[in-house]
Amino acid sequence: MTYLDHAATTPMLPVALAAMTEQLARVGNASSLHASGREARRVAEQSRERLAAALGARPSEVLFTGGGTEGDNLAVKGLYWARRTADQGRRRIVASPAEHHAVLDSVEWLEKHEGAEVTWLRVEPTGRVTADALADALGDGGDVALATVMWANNEIGAVSDLTALAAVAHEVAVPLHTDAVQAIGQSPLDFAASGVDALTMTGHKVGGPMGAGALLLRRDAECTPLLHGGGQERDVRSGTLDVAAIVGLAAATHATVADRAERTARVAALRDRLVAGVVTEVPDAQLNGPPLDDVVAGGPGRLPGNAHLSFPGAEGDALLMLLDARGIECSTGSACSAGVARPSHVLLAAGADPARARSSLRFSLGHTSTDADVDALLEVIGPVVERARRAGTGRR
Amino acid sequence: MRLIAAMSGGVDSAVAAALAVEAGHDVTGVHLALSPDRQTLRSGARGCCSVEDSHDARRVADELGIPFYVWDLADRFREDVIDDFVAEYAAGRTPNPCLRCNEKIKFSAVLDRARALGFDAVVTGHHARLADGELRRSVDPAKDQSYVLGVLTAEQLAGAVFPLGSMTKERVRELAAERGYAVATKPDSHDICFISDGDTRGFLARKLGEQPGPVVDAATGQTVGTHAGAHGFTIGQRRGLGVTVGDQRPRYVLGIEPVSRTVTIGTADQAEVDEVRTGTPTWTGPVPDLPFRAQVQLRAHAAPVACEVSLAEDGGLCLVLGERQRGVAPGQSAVLYAPDAERGDLVLGQGTVMRAGERPETALS
Repeated sequence: MTYLDHAATTPMLPVALAAMTEQLARVGNASSLHASGREARRVAEQSRERLAAALGARPSEVLFTGGGTEGDNLAVKGLYWARRTADQGRRRIVASPAEHHAVLDSVEWLEKHEGAEVTWLRVEPTGRVTADALADALGDGGDVALATVMWANNEIGAVSDLTALAAVAHEVAVPLHTDAVQAIGQSPLDFAASGVDALTMTGHKVGGPMGAGALLLRRDAECTPLLHGGGQERDVRSGTLDVAAIVGLAAATHATVADRAERTARVAALRDRLVAGVVTEVPDAQLNGPPLDDVVAGGPGRLPGNAHLSFPGAEGDALLMLLDARGIECSTGSACSAGVARPSHVLLAAGADPARARSSLRFSLGHTSTDADVDALLEVIGPVVERARRAGTGRR
Repeated sequence: MRLIAAMSGGVDSAVAAALAVEAGHDVTGVHLALSPDRQTLRSGARGCCSVEDSHDARRVADELGIPFYVWDLADRFREDVIDDFVAEYAAGRTPNPCLRCNEKIKFSAVLDRARALGFDAVVTGHHARLADGELRRSVDPAKDQSYVLGVLTAEQLAGAVFPLGSMTKERVRELAAERGYAVATKPDSHDICFISDGDTRGFLARKLGEQPGPVVDAATGQTVGTHAGAHGFTIGQRRGLGVTVGDQRPRYVLGIEPVSRTVTIGTADQAEVDEVRTGTPTWTGPVPDLPFRAQVQLRAHAAPVACEVSLAEDGGLCLVLGERQRGVAPGQSAVLYAPDAERGDLVLGQGTVMRAGERPETALS
């Protein structure tokens, strides 16, 4: 099996698996007052401190969540509600159209049900949002509830300069949320130094468990809760802490941040070989997103493990199926709830035509990727594309 | 063989896929997304390709451990099946969308794509027997679907596998239950999949709008009423005509003339025909020597009747029926069978009904 879908989920790191397994065997609710509860709380709070240290946040800025989707929903809706409550004139949301659906759909829900107005940001052909685009959209910021721009795009790997974007937002006193699910352990990232007000991350993209994540929320950011109850997380998020998952999340985040430079250099080299090899086998394949050697704010302008390519004349879902049959696992853009492939909204937002969007595949490498994985893909990609082209696009 | 299993989410296609896997074939499951307005949940026995159906199909594929994908054929389905359905009614004919879907989608668009991707054939849960290129009725007469497959050519049938033709529906459900599939007790689907509320007349009225016209009684030659749209009528229809005539004899729809929107009705004897003309026929195997004697089925679920088949001068078929028939509607398929009680009636081919009437000799005598 050749796993080239690390952006969907990446294997758990052994340190995270070990820490989590050990904790799973222990009893204790971190909210209980007795000894078992105190011990669970000690472990959870130690993990909070560890996670905060890895990401440049204070422990009190870490809110544990059920993952990326919850973090995005909580930040977008919670900031919107809090800002609107403080000033009824603040109803505008400034968002990138290339966001993950957890953000996009939250924004659109607020537009439909909560009186929000939405300004969609201009996106560069690379998929990046620039400080100029954000400044243009914010105007004087007086009517804006929040802005939200992802740190790194999950489909085409474009990294934006969140430090510059936060500076622009703060000039007009607008809070900025960023979905950094794909960026942790991939881009140099420091929450405090970036200035962003809220940052979503999740465990299973960094070698931790699924169903566990965190929202980093500045202490001065007002955020209305989605989940009411015990008030465990700063009264912004309720629910019994999943201590074992939190331990795994913190262990994985710590490890992935610690070895980032060495690992991403190795993964980027593999990715570069993959892209060069695919273009050799399929000369008219087109790379989507930023150039491989792109630089933004002194770091990589493209996620090191991301290769996103279009194969003109072939359907992405036919390519995926043919590769799957040959033991190679990758991904097309998004699919609707019934599983119907849709042209990538990210590529469309970046100005690609629908045909190019439909003919694309994402290969994403990660910590377990090897030269053999790249070789396995390069061995079959030529004949696979040729066969998919014979099957055509199914359209007339 | 390398097979694509078309999996609707129903029990038949689930068991068909399972039997193909168990027979040792290399099977990939595909759910066809056909509906332009996908419903989240299935409503009773109606509709298809809802999110729930897609989930049901995926569950079975996952249990079988086979790859599973959703193919979006909504555009092709709209053009070849739904638009055709509406256009046929607008032209005063009575189409069969299931037949059209088999002809144009399952054993054309899907089969072509499967073949291009390196597969040998498409396996479906249709109730019909297919062996050595011969298409025959299912052993379960109540579930037999050979009528809506009669339009397939030898070339299409060479790319089809029907594992369920030699078993009853009851047996199919048993096999599903034995394998632990939740769809074992899922209701059968009925009606037209893209009309989720089952109201065909309402669907056509929305698509075609109000198109009033006269209702003429052939028995008296008089206009006896008006209707809101000729698409609400089918040849042979007796109920819901919305007119009253002087005598007490029942009236049937005899003809629909789309330009003047005239719906002609008449008495039972006027509604009966013994000669049917079809368009250019298709054959499931080698073209038979004409003329020949066969049985013909003139609509889904109708009893077959003996007939003599000859070639008409326009390249279509002339079918002289052994018994007079009511409700022979242009647009329906006249499927020809060679009776075979032992192995199942053999489907020879079909032609689309163009017109039906009285044999000239009969009229003269």
